[in-house]
Amino acid sequence: MSLSATKFVHPITTPPSTRSSDKPLFSTFFGSNHTKLRFNKPIVAAQRRSSSAASTSSPVVAVSDVVKEKKLKSASNLLITKEEGLVLYEDMILGRFFEDMCAQMYYRGKMFGFVHLYNGQEAVSTGFIKFLKKEDYVVSTYRDHVHALSKGVPAREVMSELFGKATGCCRGQGGSMHMFSKQFNLLGGFAFIGEGIPVATGAAFSSKYRREVLKEPGADEVTLAFFGDGTCNNGQFYECLNMAALWKLPIVFVVENNLWAIGMSHLRATSDPQIWKKGPAFGMPGIHVDGMDVLKVREVAKEAIERARRGEGPTLVECETYRFRGHSLADPDELRDPAEKAHYAGRDPITALKKYLFDNKLASEQELKAIDKKIEELLDDAVEFADESPLPPRSQLLENVFADPKGFGIGPDGKYRCEDPKFTQGTAHV
Amino acid sequence: MATLFQGVGAVTPFSASSSLDSNKLLLPSRKSLSISDSRGSIFVYRSDALNLKAATRLQLSPGHQKRSPSEDLLLHQSRGSFGAFGLYLHCLRIAYPWHELLLFEALREGLEEEMERDPRVCVMGEDVGHYGGSYKVTKGLAEKYGDLRVLDTPIAENSFTGMGIGAAMTGLRPIVEGMNMGFLLLAFNQISNNCGMLHYTSGGQFTIPIVIRGPGGVGRQLGAEHSQRLESYFQSIPGIQMVACSTPYNAKGLMKAAIRSENPVILFEHVLLYNLKERIPDEEYVLSLEEAEMVRPGEHITILTYSRMRYHVMQAAKTLVNKGYDPEVIDIRSLKPFDLYTIGCSVKKTHRVLIVEECMRTGGIGASLTAAITENFHDYLDAPIVCLSSQDVPTPYAGTLEEWTVVQPAQIVSAVEQLCQ
Repeated sequence: MSLSATKFVHPITTPPSTRSSDKPLFSTFFGSNHTKLRFNKPIVAAQRRSSSAASTSSPVVAVSDVVKEKKLKSASNLLITKEEGLVLYEDMILGRFFEDMCAQMYYRGKMFGFVHLYNGQEAVSTGFIKFLKKEDYVVSTYRDHVHALSKGVPAREVMSELFGKATGCCRGQGGSMHMFSKQFNLLGGFAFIGEGIPVATGAAFSSKYRREVLKEPGADEVTLAFFGDGTCNNGQFYECLNMAALWKLPIVFVVENNLWAIGMSHLRATSDPQIWKKGPAFGMPGIHVDGMDVLKVREVAKEAIERARRGEGPTLVECETYRFRGHSLADPDELRDPAEKAHYAGRDPITALKKYLFDNKLASEQELKAIDKKIEELLDDAVEFADESPLPPRSQLLENVFADPKGFGIGPDGKYRCEDPKFTQGTAHV
Repeated sequence: MATLFQGVGAVTPFSASSSLDSNKLLLPSRKSLSISDSRGSIFVYRSDALNLKAATRLQLSPGHQKRSPSEDLLLHQSRGSFGAFGLYLHCLRIAYPWHELLLFEALREGLEEEMERDPRVCVMGEDVGHYGGSYKVTKGLAEKYGDLRVLDTPIAENSFTGMGIGAAMTGLRPIVEGMNMGFLLLAFNQISNNCGMLHYTSGGQFTIPIVIRGPGGVGRQLGAEHSQRLESYFQSIPGIQMVACSTPYNAKGLMKAAIRSENPVILFEHVLLYNLKERIPDEEYVLSLEEAEMVRPGEHITILTYSRMRYHVMQAAKTLVNKGYDPEVIDIRSLKPFDLYTIGCSVKKTHRVLIVEECMRTGGIGASLTAAITENFHDYLDAPIVCLSSQDVPTPYAGTLEEWTVVQPAQIVSAVEQLCQ
């Protein structure tokens, strides 16, 4: 690693390399002895180029490789159908356009505080969450807008939440970093890193409890916990890996390794940067996948989620990805090397999927443009809705502090404080 | 629907006090279902039998010391006679079934009853399952309910408390046991950020009906780190309730109330109180989480206390009564929020307040309570509020030093004498 006087430069080819340009796109993984992710064949770069993709039933291949081979495959050899392709595209476009709109609105003074945008990482969110049922749980971090959108929370509600309006998904009380939705089973939205992982473990525990203690038929909800590379040095991560593997909880730990924790490079913070290796240390499969390729993410997600649903236990998936913008809208993003940014901009997941759809004749330019337009209109409507929504009134101030408002106690007059309707406005002293 | 019933606190080894009543028979007043300890004899409606049953309370008149159990049964309410009705109530009480047990057994009983009643109630903590709990509060439960319902966790407080919170958000009702309250310092992140806040930041979408419990307080030479009082650290967290139990009767009642509550509740137990013996009713009862308990009514001074200090106070009360004072002792029980009504009524009567607590001096429960009373009842005070708390020192190992860190009965007596001059 060369150190220049003014900034740290990470040449792409520096060992130990975790970046997929240097090694087979799909690395062999070390599962525990008795559990294996079922893939047809371990894919090695050399093998892929020589044999045709048609020989294996559903090979995991890079989008770029397929394009290079310029082979027209029959529909049955493709990884996705047209409908699925359009769903994936629409979801990723929604995520991308929404985040761009957030940036605009932030600079116009419509939202404040810390806003963390997800540009560039859409493949991970779309690839995983589109495989979930509505009852499955998703737990995220502060970079949660797109997880919320992928899970189904309407763009209107997310936008109003960001504007701090009463019609937001959390009534304006949570904000950018605390997106919750009971209807869509989004369990947050956590500001401190690592905080959500135990909550996700609890949701998975709940699922197992319902199946084994309450004997509810069909209680097979899976929980996905999304977090970043910085979190993988945090104690809560390891404690939860241990517990999840110990009790075979139906959870998938998805690491969105975008190489940077604000300004701290993953390579400078971690003794062994290969996060997927930490899974087998706890007795669960650890997988490394190219997180800029939605189809590959999807294949891995399918296996991991189905494994969890069958009750075989957790999986650790490390998605190599990159954020195109800074850590948050307050981050000037001057530390990262422009060459690195350009490299990943060339691997934009949306462009890659578009190319795949065109080259496999799954969609036409017009269809995709129609989706783009539809999303733009949706977002304009969302912004308008958020703009016109009312701000929370003063009476909302103390409303949700306690589920049972008797928790505010008994006042000097003998009545419960919550019996006074004005109480929720707050007082100078409680 | 729940039947709520206040029984009688029987004589305990530490003191002669029992829960006391005031003169009158009162119907449950402001609370929907809960019935205040301080309101005296109580009517309870049983939804099944539509019977009126009332519980009487033992009354400790000044000068009356330890009673034998048989004496209990013969005691009539002397202040304000009820005549035939009083006799009726008294006879009910004799016929009313009780059983005697220790405090940790009372906690277990409460826990077991709630686990029986609701299959979503589960326990998680270190050594709660096969070992039966380090203070035997969960003994036998793992054999009865299985390893998943009484979950032995690895030593990862932050994560298993967070796991409990996640489970609570998704439909279960977990009880997280900290082997020692001090260990919950490791779980502070989850307790403060998630437990207290998630109901609010989710806009009310998710409730967190979790109970976090464990023994704290100064024990017998356990050393500094095992003798911590965390109530002062947790009291600022919005969104949680804190209660402290002190007798087997209120331990069981508060445990059940905490489990049934939709709010996250932290239940503080005390290491030295686990072997207290008392008779508690056979019938099911649940106490209110927000109310204080009148331990001994009096006229001269209000003494507010909780947990183990209740017994030091009652010991001091014996001495004070001999010296001619008439202290009113209230066990505040609810550390957050304070029951300002019970406390206020008492202050208005006696005009003098002494707070006796085991918390540290700085930023403790006593400090908050002093502020709350001064704000609300300043006009009724004839003297400044005196707060006796533990010394601001890590609890030393040496027995003599340890004794001097907590408030002793002699100090309470001299504080009262000074206040009542």
